[in-house]
Amino acid sequence: MQKTIEGLVTPFVAIVIAVLIGAVVMLMTGHNPLTAYGALFSGAFGSTVNLSNTMANAIPLILSGLGVAIAFKAGLFNIGAEGQYWIGSMAAVWIGYSVHGLPPILHISLSIIVAMLAAGLWAGIVPGLAKAFVGAHEVITTMMMSYIAIFLSHYMLENGPMMQTGFTPQSPVILPSATLGKIVERTQLSWGLAIAVVACIIVYWLLYKTTLGYRLRAVGLNSRAANYAGINVPFHLVLALFISGMLAGLAGAVQMLGVQHRLYDSFSSGYGFTAIVVALLANNNPFGVILASIFFAALSTGGQSMQLVSGVPAHLTAVISGIIIFLVATKDIVQIQKRWRKRQTLASGKEA
Amino acid sequence: MHTSLEVRDITKSFPGVIANDHVNFDVREGEIHAILGENGAGKSTLMKVIYGLYKPDSGSIRLYDQELNFASPRQAIEAGIGMVHQHFMLIPALTVAENVVLGGEPGRIHYRRKENVEIVRQLAKQCHMDINPEAKVGDLTVGLQQRVEILKVFYRKAKLLILDEPTAMLTPQEVEELIQVMERLRSQGIPIIFISHKLDEVKRISDRVTVMRAGKTVNTVETKSTTPQELANLMVGREVVLQVSKPPQLPGEPILEVEDIVVSSGRNEKVKGVSFQVHRGEIFGLAGIDGNGQFELVEAITGLMPCKSGRIRFLGGDITSSSVRGRTKAGIAYIPQDRQLDGLVMDFELTENFILRDFFKAPFASIGQMKKKPIEDFATRLSEAFDVRPRRIHALARNLSGGNQQKVILAREVSRNPELLIAAQPTRGLDVGAIQFIHNKLLELRQGGKAVLLVSLELDEIMSLSDRIGVIHAGRLMAILPSGQVTREQLGLLMTGVNLEKEG
Repeated sequence: MQKTIEGLVTPFVAIVIAVLIGAVVMLMTGHNPLTAYGALFSGAFGSTVNLSNTMANAIPLILSGLGVAIAFKAGLFNIGAEGQYWIGSMAAVWIGYSVHGLPPILHISLSIIVAMLAAGLWAGIVPGLAKAFVGAHEVITTMMMSYIAIFLSHYMLENGPMMQTGFTPQSPVILPSATLGKIVERTQLSWGLAIAVVACIIVYWLLYKTTLGYRLRAVGLNSRAANYAGINVPFHLVLALFISGMLAGLAGAVQMLGVQHRLYDSFSSGYGFTAIVVALLANNNPFGVILASIFFAALSTGGQSMQLVSGVPAHLTAVISGIIIFLVATKDIVQIQKRWRKRQTLASGKEA
Repeated sequence: MHTSLEVRDITKSFPGVIANDHVNFDVREGEIHAILGENGAGKSTLMKVIYGLYKPDSGSIRLYDQELNFASPRQAIEAGIGMVHQHFMLIPALTVAENVVLGGEPGRIHYRRKENVEIVRQLAKQCHMDINPEAKVGDLTVGLQQRVEILKVFYRKAKLLILDEPTAMLTPQEVEELIQVMERLRSQGIPIIFISHKLDEVKRISDRVTVMRAGKTVNTVETKSTTPQELANLMVGREVVLQVSKPPQLPGEPILEVEDIVVSSGRNEKVKGVSFQVHRGEIFGLAGIDGNGQFELVEAITGLMPCKSGRIRFLGGDITSSSVRGRTKAGIAYIPQDRQLDGLVMDFELTENFILRDFFKAPFASIGQMKKKPIEDFATRLSEAFDVRPRRIHALARNLSGGNQQKVILAREVSRNPELLIAAQPTRGLDVGAIQFIHNKLLELRQGGKAVLLVSLELDEIMSLSDRIGVIHAGRLMAILPSGQVTREQLGLLMTGVNLEKEG
């Protein structure tokens, strides 16, 4: 309980400071921060439609954020969640429009499973095996694989096998049997929300209640001690990246089946990158991931109405998230320094 | 005789601990003054206060009638205090001369190499030290590196030398040489403070001893008029048994058989064909200077490093290519030398650390799910049986003291009821109470017909516990000797690679 509260302090303080700095910027540029934040808040949560859109935006963040968090727990920095998201999206859409004659439950499940497997393998095979057996750093490999994934989707949509003849490069629409139903009609909020919440519970259970989670955490915290404990460290590195990729792929699948229904050509969904920030702010806690995702989703949906109502550019929300990341990262530095000081004190108290 | 250093009523506290509590002592000109105390008695804190690394809460320090009030070690150095730390602060890639003058190079921009070499050569001569100023520090033995540290101190014109646990890393022969250096410095009138927790050395080297216990100075006595037993009592505040009582016992059949194994680390062969056997009911001690392959040998036996050639048999079965877990299951327990790096996951709770070896087994887990209650019960039981403090099973391992961390590892390994316990440096850095506890556990295993392979850099530990002693030097076993028939000097010679039979 105490740990939970301690874990909440840093993100809370970071958010408060960032919001205050944002207010100062607004004052300096001649805007009223209260009006602006008020507009932001009501734009994000003020009506059923706004709230639904915020929650809809949070879904892919929750899922890919979980992916980044689980990799972090195993000591791996998967910054390629964006690419895994694209692989998952492609796979889900492909199954979604090309497989005919399945009942919805099977069609949806098949799309999701194929998307998760494809994205999991995308993260697990090249970055995972390279990390485990030749020590190639996953920051480089997941990033590179991310570019490959994004350009692969360009190829698929621009004169490639997934192209729908039309003006903009895009894929065919998925069949109704592969579509996730809406929770609130006329909004983007689909039953993907339930999938995201269940995924959080499963990830929490996996990390803290199973031997697999114990092994992943042991590898992440001290791979030498894990090896001493008889844990196969390389295998678990690959597995961690595989699971991480599966979750990012699930994010893509849920977004395709629930919101977009087809794949558009674009350079970035942004979800895979924001997922890193989500995991950082949540301190890799699966339930914290939900809160952090809603927060960042609210910034992005509310930002538009803030711009409309108060004239403060929506980009200010990006400034606020930037400050939050900075503060959360700084806190880690402060903590490392504190630990170092404490060790000094302990050492002198002990060896003296 | 004049007083050189006078320490009055120094108090230094850290959150939750008073490391120094009204400490008083003085050092006379031309004496070797030992500060003796257990780990945690406050010796190092006191030295750091004198050296300006810590600011005392109260009290005063005078050096030759000059009141000292240091804000930094730099000022302490300027005032004439020189300190050789337990862990050397040298740059291995530079030469002796370069290391000595580092930070105080004569000249301005241009580094005058020849001049420096000459300065250092003269300095070494003054201190009666035999050392080549142009040798690379990384190529020197630990004993010689220590001399470089001492030279550094005198290059900075020290009037007082502080040696923090100077013998911890040395062979018996190197200790002898250090003592000679110290005696020559004393004859030049330079006072030396010598910090140690080793009674015999203090007794041999020092003129006077100040004993510290729990942050306080207990007493200062003339070394000549005291006995080791008396010092030990002052140190721990209770009667201690200096000798381990070890009932005689006939060893049983061999349980671990190592045949001609070779282990490589990187491109170097660290173990070059070692064979020995460990029997039931015996403690086999492996003595050697750090870095002679003993830890690679142990890692090969536990499966953490592969064997390049040779065979390891355990309980009659070949385990040369078994996995770590396979060996663990077969009944090998292992206390690694670096408890924080290998033995524990520092950011895991004690509950999680207690089950590090068996987390996947009943009763701790079934079909992949961890079972909270049995894990907590197990942790509580072990914490009590091994007196792990604090008695909070959900504390992080990081927040325990070294002794208690070691107890967690010991508890975990011994509770597995192993046939063979491999203990690498099991008492490193621990205080007398914890050392006794661990020694008794090792002896209990021996009494129970199990086997113990003890690897230690402390000769006393090896000699008092082992039934047989193997000496390793440069990756080869020099000899295996029954412990009753061997002297410290013989072991010391073997450890440095001198073959006893050849020498006659």
